[in-house]
Amino acid sequence: MIYDFLVAPFAEFAFMRRALVAALALAMGCGPVGVILVLRRMSLVGDAMSHAVLPGAAVGFVIAGLSLFWMSLGGFVAGLLVAVLSGLVARVTALREDASFAAFYLIALATGVALVSTRGSNVDLMRVLFGTVLAVDDAALLLVAGISTLTLLVLAAIYRPLVIECFDPGFLNAAGARGGLYHVAFMVLVVLNLVAGFQAMGTLMAVGMMMLPATAARFWARGVWPTCVAAVGLGSGAGAAGLLLSFHLNLPSGPAIVLTAGALYLASLAVGRYDSLMTRYLPRTHLRA
Amino acid sequence: MRSGMLFRCEAAGLAALALGLAAPAFAQAPPPVKAVVSFSILGDMVRAVGGARVAVTTLVGPDGDAHVFQPAPGDARAVADAKVVFVNGLGFEGWMERLAQSAGFKGVTVVASSGVRPQKMKDDDDHGHTKAKDAGRDDHGKLDPHAWQDLRNALVYVDNIEKGLGAADPAGAVAYGANAAAYRKQLQELDAWVRAEIAQVPEPKRKVITSHDAFGYFASAYGVRFLAPVGVSTDAEPSAKGVAALIRQVKREKITALFVENITNPKLIEQIGKETGVRPGPRLFSDALSKPGGPADSYLKMFRHNVGALKAAMLGGTS
Repeated sequence: MIYDFLVAPFAEFAFMRRALVAALALAMGCGPVGVILVLRRMSLVGDAMSHAVLPGAAVGFVIAGLSLFWMSLGGFVAGLLVAVLSGLVARVTALREDASFAAFYLIALATGVALVSTRGSNVDLMRVLFGTVLAVDDAALLLVAGISTLTLLVLAAIYRPLVIECFDPGFLNAAGARGGLYHVAFMVLVVLNLVAGFQAMGTLMAVGMMMLPATAARFWARGVWPTCVAAVGLGSGAGAAGLLLSFHLNLPSGPAIVLTAGALYLASLAVGRYDSLMTRYLPRTHLRA
Repeated sequence: MRSGMLFRCEAAGLAALALGLAAPAFAQAPPPVKAVVSFSILGDMVRAVGGARVAVTTLVGPDGDAHVFQPAPGDARAVADAKVVFVNGLGFEGWMERLAQSAGFKGVTVVASSGVRPQKMKDDDDHGHTKAKDAGRDDHGKLDPHAWQDLRNALVYVDNIEKGLGAADPAGAVAYGANAAAYRKQLQELDAWVRAEIAQVPEPKRKVITSHDAFGYFASAYGVRFLAPVGVSTDAEPSAKGVAALIRQVKREKITALFVENITNPKLIEQIGKETGVRPGPRLFSDALSKPGGPADSYLKMFRHNVGALKAAMLGGTS
């Protein structure tokens, strides 16, 4: 019974195993990136960036058709361009980074939609917007796994200065390190993970895998590293549970995964270990102490 | 209402025919009649019947998807300038009525499929979508609009086009009649050829999987079963359950014909093909022609291409 529910779908079908591996790899890379985005108060930047990735992927699609390489490259370049331009504008003018992000991603989005509708036919956009985790092939799987690996390695390398820059950029500058460099490296990771997510789940769903586990993890752990681990755990759980829901309840797989992550977030908000509604308003711990 | 319009068209067509016969032969070289057609397949038919007398503007071009089409201002202008508008009907172009209204179209709208015996959308539980879900996203209502996938229906289309053009341009009625007769002959020959080709496939092997549920009329006309992982509309996202059910079915029924169709996500079909060990066939063209120079840039070529590909794939297992 339990075997039928939990294991049989993956044992019987290769596409379910692939989807699961893709979701787990995605959770592994996106979790920590999401946590640091939350720390840097850039939660909505992930959303903006996912829209910035879309037109680049669309341009790749117009040039080379449904090609993994060109769509990924296009998405990566477009996302990076928006990130770098926003950072630059924020540094040289009075405009804040989130405002210039909003401006640039809207420009990018409109460019992409205009390009696709004039150069391609009108269905192409749907294909770019909604990938499906059920159709992940070997190349896409390698890309997602490779990006996750790279993300973890780079994060491990720049972890300390990056976190210090989150809390006290002045100190980092005083200590002689260049905070801007780490910021750019981190934005590259954000874009890379969104490109990976876009391959697996489509641009609109990819950002859900990044932000929802990260915000939920906030209620289960303290400290940056434990929060990252919790985010990876929650994301993996959402991926596996979402796929099973999609399998048993006949739901589209991308939304099923993101909705599961959303449910985990709401549950964490209610009964999480730290700062959740329960610990705030039902403070049993006081009595015990 | 539809039959009422048909009757009017017919009456007008007969009158036009009489006028055309009476008209002196030297009144010629008029400016071409402007006709707007909703999608590429019907556009090709209107061109075949209209010949040089008719300037055809097609709204949803080759490789486009009429299900999700969004008209641009240029389209509205084309409709406003048109003398006659051709649509497929059966709920295929839900956007056309609004477009004609907002463009201030005053001419005649010809429903090419009127007179065709409509089929219901196939309700196939094998690939597991629930009825509630279908009802929620199905903007065709219950009728299957893809009537042109049966060549005998195309004969009805040609009748309607001939009458519609004759009504809009009585002087050309004789020419339209001649063009239509020649085209009808081609359609009939093709129909016979299709039957002969399909007859060469043993009956248990006449099963095909494609990513778009647009071959209902083809299925009942030529005796081929079509199974699809996604329902009729191209905007439905597949669920894991649906894909799993399909893979089980391919394995159980030993299907060898697996097709990527020209307007939905081809990656999904490729994955299913890989998982079942079946090599996906070439593209089938269902709702749109290919771009000029492609394998299916006219209605007749589209049919020949589709049938050739279907036959090869269905025979695939034995050879």
